[in-house]
Amino acid sequence: MRMVTVTNLKKTYGNLTAVDDISFEIEKGEIFGFLGPNGAGKTSTINMITGLSRPTAGAITVDGIDVKKQAKRAQAIMGIVPDESNLYNEMDGFDNLCFCAALYGMRKEERESRARQLLDLFRLKDAGKRPFKAYSKGMRRKLTIAAALIHSPQILFLDEPTTGIDVESSRQIRELIVGLKRQGITIFLTTHYIEEAERICDRIAFIANGRMIASGTVPELMERISHGHTVRFVTSQNIQNLTAELQAHFEESKITIQSDHSFVIASEQRIPLLPAMDFLHDKEIDVYEARELRPSLEDVFVKLTGIKASTLKKDQERGGH
Amino acid sequence: MKSWIAFWNILKKDVKNYYLKPPNISWGIIFPLSWTLMQLIRSPGGSLLGLLPGLISMSVLFGTTSMLAVTMTFERSGRSFERLLLAPISLSTMVLAKIAGTILFGLFNGFVPVIFASFLIDLYVINWGVVLLAVLMIAITSSLMGLLIAVSAKQVFEAQTFSNFFRFPMLFLCGLFVPISSLPVFLRPVSYCLPITYGTDILRGAIVGTNVLSPVLCFGILLTFAVVLFLLCRYSINRKWIQPA
Ligand SMILES: Nc1ncnc2c1ncn2[C@@H]1O[C@H](COP(=O)(O)OP(=O)(O)OP(=O)(O)O)[C@@H](O)[C@H]1O
Ligand SMILES: [Mg+2]
Repeated sequence: MRMVTVTNLKKTYGNLTAVDDISFEIEKGEIFGFLGPNGAGKTSTINMITGLSRPTAGAITVDGIDVKKQAKRAQAIMGIVPDESNLYNEMDGFDNLCFCAALYGMRKEERESRARQLLDLFRLKDAGKRPFKAYSKGMRRKLTIAAALIHSPQILFLDEPTTGIDVESSRQIRELIVGLKRQGITIFLTTHYIEEAERICDRIAFIANGRMIASGTVPELMERISHGHTVRFVTSQNIQNLTAELQAHFEESKITIQSDHSFVIASEQRIPLLPAMDFLHDKEIDVYEARELRPSLEDVFVKLTGIKASTLKKDQERGGH
Repeated sequence: MKSWIAFWNILKKDVKNYYLKPPNISWGIIFPLSWTLMQLIRSPGGSLLGLLPGLISMSVLFGTTSMLAVTMTFERSGRSFERLLLAPISLSTMVLAKIAGTILFGLFNGFVPVIFASFLIDLYVINWGVVLLAVLMIAITSSLMGLLIAVSAKQVFEAQTFSNFFRFPMLFLCGLFVPISSLPVFLRPVSYCLPITYGTDILRGAIVGTNVLSPVLCFGILLTFAVVLFLLCRYSINRKWIQPA
């Protein structure tokens, strides 16, 4: 079953085309991720789907509802976490959640029990009585996600849920997202982090310069660039002078010497290890390591988008700032 | 029912977070009081009763326009305002909920001079029903004007500047200090384009019996202003705050 269908979506700001003819579908119950660098058009796309911004062209349906025509009906089943944590600074956590629940027409008892339940789930119980402005960045993010879940939406939009958040909070947030999926909630998230997309998304779309470059499951995306196989060997003795001999021995494959003690065999077919081991053993060379090299999702992203990996942030670079 | 829950909670939140904050409460009292004292000192011989209509209108006008302009711009800059745009409530419900708090605050402001005056003079001649209605209509129209200012302002400071830019000329044009009949001819049509002119006229009639226009006509005009301003607000929010295509 389809949850979201986006067809030929376009958004321009003056001369700038922020979203350029993007089409995709999100199935019910899956986590779909937009992976792309700054300014790729991720937020613009989310804003159009959630009804905060009007598309220049294209069609959007959410659970069969045309967002352009019936935004309010569609919004009733959406939970939305914007790129900035935007709750009310003066109000405490509990009141913030109850207020958000009221916006969706929930009754008092229902609002309060759901708010308590979410504070518990997000481990913010003690923070419930503190004003939002006194929260740390990670806590603010978590409460903002909790607020988006207050009316038990069928689809959750998360715009960069972990950007600028400390490692531990990010891990908790990812765990929560996966938990929500298990409860059957459809999730659309955007991220700068390749690792994050790879770890939690069922399907990923690469977004760059307003265009959708590729989309699919991680194995599907990998297939887009990885043809054949490569195995790297680490040896006990210098193998530089064996280059010609190795290449002659493995005429079907391509041999690349990487250093004095390592070389790589590349082939269209799978590479059996024993012939290479035997060859080296005959030369009285030991093999310390033989490992199949797989391209990373990052390699795929770089190859397909032509964008340097450094424009996407690395997990290690996270900080609390 | 769902819209009502949303309406009521937006109103409650605004009252608690903005209007009941000590600085706003004290400002809401001090401001009308200082106007009253200023007027009394300026014209020691003048009757307080005669000053009351002007004092009430001024207090309501000043209590409402900037309040909504500033709080809305504030919520927009912190982006919490997006929550209201993304909630499954109609723009009408949202606008009504937002102005409701300011209207209540305006009523409160408007009655500060009345309470003050009640200590000094007898107020039994006043037609309270009409006064209440007139104050309500002034509060509604000025709140909506504040909202229109909020739609045009980008920063809180801009909202403040805009509201002052509109309010001060209004004071001189609405017949408060200078009767409209003694304004330069080219300014008189402007006076008749301001809702507060009609509100003040009703108040004059109800408090001292010196109205120029028929109160029924004035109420009709104020109501028209309110409806037109409301539609204008809703239209501009829909056009400007939900990003245009
Ligand atoms: N309101 C706006 N007016 C003009 N240009 C805009 C507006 N919003 C976004 N843009 C531009 O559109 C492009 C896409 O922006 P968008 O915010 O959608 O990117 P993003 O993928 O969310 O980036 P980030 O990772 O930084 O959040 C950018 O070049 C941005 O400068
Ligand atoms: Mg963004």
